[in-house]
Amino acid sequence: MTGENEDKAKSSMLKNLWQALRHPNKKYALGSLLSVGFVAGVIFWGGFNWSMEITNTEEFCISCHEMEQNVYREYKQTIHYSNRTGVRATCPDCHVPKTWIHKIARKIKASNEVYHKILGTIDTREKFEAKRLELAENVWKVMEETDSRECRNCHNFEFMDFPSQQKRSRESHDGAIATGMTCINCHKGIAHELPAGVTSEGGAATFGHKSK
Amino acid sequence: MKTILTTTLSGLAVMAVLLGGGTTAWALDGALHSLRGMTTLQDNADAADLNNKQVGERFEKNYRQQPPLIPHAIANYEIDIKVNQCIACHDWPQNVSAGAPKISETHYIGREGQNLNKVASRRWFCTQCHVPQDDVEELVPNTFESSKDLE
Repeated sequence: MTGENEDKAKSSMLKNLWQALRHPNKKYALGSLLSVGFVAGVIFWGGFNWSMEITNTEEFCISCHEMEQNVYREYKQTIHYSNRTGVRATCPDCHVPKTWIHKIARKIKASNEVYHKILGTIDTREKFEAKRLELAENVWKVMEETDSRECRNCHNFEFMDFPSQQKRSRESHDGAIATGMTCINCHKGIAHELPAGVTSEGGAATFGHKSK
Repeated sequence: MKTILTTTLSGLAVMAVLLGGGTTAWALDGALHSLRGMTTLQDNADAADLNNKQVGERFEKNYRQQPPLIPHAIANYEIDIKVNQCIACHDWPQNVSAGAPKISETHYIGREGQNLNKVASRRWFCTQCHVPQDDVEELVPNTFESSKDLE
């Protein structure tokens, strides 16, 4: 009996809310409604983007020991971390898209990473190494699909000074443009260690050399 | 008006012949060295020298059993228990598609003398013997002579 009453009360409350939304307000001026709405909008939208930016910092990424003790320590040995000109690409520069819509899509996908953090899927070095090939292949696949979009925030075939490249790089880049290849086709394992065995089994294919 | 035009045109034509022919003659007899070098206007000059540091010509061996030098940069190439980035291109049959020199067959013989299908583990760490080539002064003065020179 009480359940029925509660249901009725709930439905009438919903009805009242719906009615209020559908009709002009008699109590508050349109001006105050608009200004309150505007301020609330700024706070919510700003707050949303602000908190998203917090999740877009290296500090946030390596607050998980899975990231800090594996990929981050490996990356610290590479040219994207330390180089003569002092330019540094941090985690989100390569792993989070810059454009808003793609960034949101990536952040939603990251909920899967939170899920596996809770499950402890890769909470030891051994578990991580066992999973490394699968995880790396996921990233390689996405980068191939997006034409290495995140690399191209900084690197671009059109901006390259070919004469100042080594002969080997020059010829490879020339061929890559001609055959429509993308950065990740060859440049694997530049910021993190490679998965075990990838250099042995079909090594040349992994690093972009097509059979002639 | 007509005369002026004709004169001007013929004058230009004569100048063009003089200049064109003259340039060729000067360039050929070596009297004039322009930024183009000795190449005449009719020919294409060779492209300027590109950055060929550590690539192009391989350094000659200094003695018979010297491990070949690496004629390219290898900074950050991963060689460890899991992977070896050198063999990605230099191991047979991958070297064919990569266009890279094949690893010597001696590197596929295990320590008991058995022939293997993979680079022997005692040969795994390439940089123990092979180093990138560079034109540098010797750290310590020495009087090394190749066995070839002593013949």
